[in-house]
Amino acid sequence: MNSFTEQFKRSLVIAEKNIKIYYLKGPVIIFGLVFPLFLALAYVIGRNIPLREILPGLIGMTTFFTATSVGPSIIPWETRSKTLERLLCCPIALWTIIAGDIISSFIFGLIISVIPLALTLVLGIQPLNFIILLLGLIIANLCFAALGVLLSAYPPTDIPATSMMLSSLVKFPLVFISGVFIPVEQLPQWGAAIASFSPLTYFTDMVRQLFLGRGYYPLVLDFLAIIIFTTALTFAAIKLHGKTLTKRLS
Amino acid sequence: MEYVIAVQELTKHYGDVAAVNHISFGVEKGEVFGFLGPNGAGKTTTIRILTGLIKPDGGRAFVAGYDVLKKPIEAKQRIGVVPEVSNTYVDLTAWENLALIGKLYGMPPQKLRENAASLLKEFGLYEVKDKLVRAFSKGMKQRLLLCMALVNDPEVLFLDEPTSGLDVESARLLREKIIQYNKDGKTVFLSTHNMEEANQLCHRIAVINHGRIAAIDTPENLRAQSMELQYIEVAFNKTVNMQEFSENPSITKAVPAGNKVRIYTANPSTVIEFLVEYAKRNDLRILSLNTMMPSLEDVFLKLIRGKGVIQ
Repeated sequence: MNSFTEQFKRSLVIAEKNIKIYYLKGPVIIFGLVFPLFLALAYVIGRNIPLREILPGLIGMTTFFTATSVGPSIIPWETRSKTLERLLCCPIALWTIIAGDIISSFIFGLIISVIPLALTLVLGIQPLNFIILLLGLIIANLCFAALGVLLSAYPPTDIPATSMMLSSLVKFPLVFISGVFIPVEQLPQWGAAIASFSPLTYFTDMVRQLFLGRGYYPLVLDFLAIIIFTTALTFAAIKLHGKTLTKRLS
Repeated sequence: MEYVIAVQELTKHYGDVAAVNHISFGVEKGEVFGFLGPNGAGKTTTIRILTGLIKPDGGRAFVAGYDVLKKPIEAKQRIGVVPEVSNTYVDLTAWENLALIGKLYGMPPQKLRENAASLLKEFGLYEVKDKLVRAFSKGMKQRLLLCMALVNDPEVLFLDEPTSGLDVESARLLREKIIQYNKDGKTVFLSTHNMEEANQLCHRIAVINHGRIAAIDTPENLRAQSMELQYIEVAFNKTVNMQEFSENPSITKAVPAGNKVRIYTANPSTVIEFLVEYAKRNDLRILSLNTMMPSLEDVFLKLIRGKGVIQ
């Protein structure tokens, strides 16, 4: 009854609840839609660079901001409204809740990040392999969603805006070091070394390879790195939320 | 003895403060067990441990036969909880709230629909089932919370201050439902401040203070254990000098109570004889005379003032 499969099914129930409640919350709309849209416009308009060259950074940035926009707000919100306590009284493990939060963040990110990808197809810009790009997009969204949920773990605040602001303090520097604006191969050696610690680096590199045919890392390594980051971030989110749970409930 | 809830030497510290300090008790199947205590006594901490929300520092707790530390999911599968604060999802409808909880218990869809509809009708919420809970009154939210706790047809129901702050009608409805639920053979663990509620609903009561159990017994036995708290209320046709009362060795204390005198004694028959004699001697008429058993509130106050800790 309480096998992994049953708990996973209950994660989907939590994800469904999150979709109904949190997708239309103000901070999610601002950080997940408005903000990436204007950042993307600022990134594209007025730059005398072919669209194909801009695409990797644009897709990387949009995916990153949208997939990390829902996660940081859910648990602080639920702490504040005491619904976290209600969930934890149910026969579900903490990881079930975290997985549900990651899934809902992932779906939000995936839906929004498909838009710039669809636009490229409409504009006739074809990736070298569409299926691989789609797979990359899926796994990257999962990875960034896990990061978003992890970012809400500490400090254990019950104010969603605080969590969103603190997560921005991590997200912005990551965008700048991840080859979004400057490809990794053009960075100095120390810059490339720092970039290797960001999951966004590997996704941007993957998209760059699939649109431009050139990248810093082998495609397989990009995939592998994102999978490792996803696993590590998910485990870290479960562990850290577990540690801060007592404070949230007090 | 079949215990549905068994607690052994349960301990929980917050920093240097022992919120729960080596408490042990058992709750029998089909019992309404009251948990009484002042604010900060450890009631909510105990409920949170029993419902798997927090881990104790020591001791063991079993709910429905499952160790809440080792098998929390299995234990939680068999319980329903009405927490201290109203924590429905206000952005969901009443129906969606019930459906969410039912699905999290893994209920089959048909059974969930049947239970949800039946509970909403029973609690007078069916007509508003598609309205957002945001628009509900406190009483409606509390009724919905009870529906959410009952939707999975639990073996044990945990209620943490369920009628706190409710209007009289909603509180009475909730009490009636608790009695009805218990009549169906289910066990209820009730934490409350309300003495009358505890007296009315509970088969047995545990009084907790400073994290320790001060007493566990039936409401009647708790009162009987505190016979020095029983009193006689007498009204005379004239104002009396109470000095003579306090000189009587059978009288513990005599205090004015409106137009009456309240006389505390462990030996009411002797005091009644004395009062009749006193009235004759002073040419007084006794207008009324009542022997009162100590109230649960009196017993509670005695216990939490540190006159007894049984563990």
